[in-house]
Amino acid sequence: MPQMNMVQAINDALRLEMKRDDRVVVLGEDVGKVGGVFRVTAGLYDEFGEDRVIDTPLSEGGIIGTAIGMALYGLLPIPEIQFGDFIFPAYDQIVSELAKFRYRSGGEYPSKLVIRTPVGGGIRGGHYHSQSPESQFIHVAGLKVVCPTNPYDAKGLLLASIRDPDPVLFFEPKRIYRAAKGEVPEGDYTVPLSKAAVVRPGKHLTVVTWGAMLYEALDAANQAAQKGIEAEVIDLRTLWPLDIDTIVESVKKTGRVVVVHEAPKTCGLGSEVVALINEKCFLHLEAPPARVCGFDTPFPYTLEMEYLPLAHRILPQLVTTAQF
Amino acid sequence: MFRAPMSEDQDELLRLYGQMQRIRRVEEECARAYAQGKIGGFLHLYIGQESVGVGAIAALRPDDYVIGTYRDHGLAMAKGMPARAVLAELFGKATGCSQGLGGSMHLFDAEHHMLGGYGIVGGHIPLAAGVAYASKYQGNGRVTLCFFGEGSVTIGSFHEALSLAALWKLPIVFICENNEYSMGTPLARSLSLEDVSQKALGYAMARDRFFARDVLEVKARIGEAVTRAREESEPTLVEVRTYRFRGHSMSDPGKYRTPEEIEAQKKLDPLQKARDALVAVLGEEKLAALDAEIEAETADAVKHAEEAPEPSPDILEPTTYVGEFAR
Ligand SMILES: Cc1ncc(C[n+]2csc(CCOP(=O)(O)OP(=O)(O)O)c2C)c(N)n1
Repeated sequence: MPQMNMVQAINDALRLEMKRDDRVVVLGEDVGKVGGVFRVTAGLYDEFGEDRVIDTPLSEGGIIGTAIGMALYGLLPIPEIQFGDFIFPAYDQIVSELAKFRYRSGGEYPSKLVIRTPVGGGIRGGHYHSQSPESQFIHVAGLKVVCPTNPYDAKGLLLASIRDPDPVLFFEPKRIYRAAKGEVPEGDYTVPLSKAAVVRPGKHLTVVTWGAMLYEALDAANQAAQKGIEAEVIDLRTLWPLDIDTIVESVKKTGRVVVVHEAPKTCGLGSEVVALINEKCFLHLEAPPARVCGFDTPFPYTLEMEYLPLAHRILPQLVTTAQF
Repeated sequence: MFRAPMSEDQDELLRLYGQMQRIRRVEEECARAYAQGKIGGFLHLYIGQESVGVGAIAALRPDDYVIGTYRDHGLAMAKGMPARAVLAELFGKATGCSQGLGGSMHLFDAEHHMLGGYGIVGGHIPLAAGVAYASKYQGNGRVTLCFFGEGSVTIGSFHEALSLAALWKLPIVFICENNEYSMGTPLARSLSLEDVSQKALGYAMARDRFFARDVLEVKARIGEAVTRAREESEPTLVEVRTYRFRGHSMSDPGKYRTPEEIEAQKKLDPLQKARDALVAVLGEEKLAALDAEIEAETADAVKHAEEAPEPSPDILEPTTYVGEFAR
């Protein structure tokens, strides 16, 4: 099996689906001739031509708005927003139009598209190249949100996202675009949406996380193991609709849970995860559910490594929760 | 040796050359520091375009406002921000103009009425119209210069801002620095017209269009628009044709343009042109002395940025909210 990084795996999935399904078009700023700022769409313009790999002007509202229109009449657009931080000029189109289309048209128009965008910090990008806006989209009924952590999942989840009947936001953690490597099967396969992965089994507490922070959580869990604390680490993979069953099953076993995410703590997805755990397995809890998150501040330039919930911030919480 | 007394123009050219050269040298040091990992993230250099910001800002009063994009180091320095504050910010140090929290794209200086760089393309253009509205309301006679690239012309906020500025007759000059590329996309692939200033027509707004090859001409032409803003409270869209010698940012391999194209443009470098004109009147020695002075200032600013302390994490909360908030 070929070794790939996340960028190559996503590129592979796009190519495969474009060959298989001629409804698929890719559009965005510099996605064509240049192949995208992170090179995720490299080579597609040469292979599929300018009608299917469309270089757009700088116009996020226009990109998403026209993609919605294309989807209404039989195309399957995969727009790229260059950085998740630039998605907000298109937020109106996504929230007011895309998310509500199926509902508003009584199911007649599903408006199916997949918005790809890099998210997260760790590249010293400062406020406008680092944010993790998942909860701002999860809060809007009608959207699915996916976030892979490794090349195998990236390809399989993207293919599943494209074939899923609902609009999907596909968030790519840019910090591990090239750092996360692994074997990726050639050809077609999917990784099902809304199915979390238990990445590390453990019996003393549950860690729920996603995106680039998975690797920090694993690092902290391995350090905790040296202190005799065995953490079970769950990678959500699909952030919404999330796989609550896998979380509940784990928490019923461990009785303790720590949620780790990069986005600011307040009203982050961690809040919802904790609320669901309280609703579904409150009597199994032996410690207050805890969250290790980004701060409630804009994403900082200089203090990035303080802001991110890295292993050095996760480990003490694992110990506190395990020993509560 | 006898020297002809300098005309007013030559004095001004010397002053503006000094500003352009300061900006050029500071940014060359930025590029070096970036390569050494001392500056992180995304760094967009103004090298090649200095005559636009310097010429335009020379047409202002000190209390007028400037607001721009992430390509903001030159604008901030031309508006009066010291090189130390710029470099310290880029190095992420506590003595930077935004206490090291922003970095390259966020140069604010309330004292000099520099209203920041902005990372979301087009996001600042309506803000600029609001600033101009406030000046008009307060009757303080101040003019706002709003800088952006031709890439911003394709996003909605640009049009909303021009629409309002024209409707409300605001004292503002919109300066589109057309450097021919929006990242890797040449103008012809992002706009349906070649003359960007025509965008003013739909808003019945005054417009102008010229090349930034001569910094004094930039000053004079922007000066006309500034006068229109100050005296008639009428906005103008000015397209200034220019060229960036470096990549879009430091991480841009720049394969979308040929080395020949860049070399040809470098031969037209407005900074070099200003220097040549001055040498012809003042002699090389005088210019070399000025350059040496600028060299020393730049070295001092770099040293300062290297030695300044990093901001403490305690600063994050008070810079987000005033007062306590739930934890
Ligand atoms: C809303 C938004 N979309 C995309 C980007 C990414 N981006 C930053 S600059 C840029 C190109 C802008 O080109 P132009 O306006 O011509 O200015 P220049 O960089 O040439 O000075 C792009 C696509 C962004 N910062 N904000």
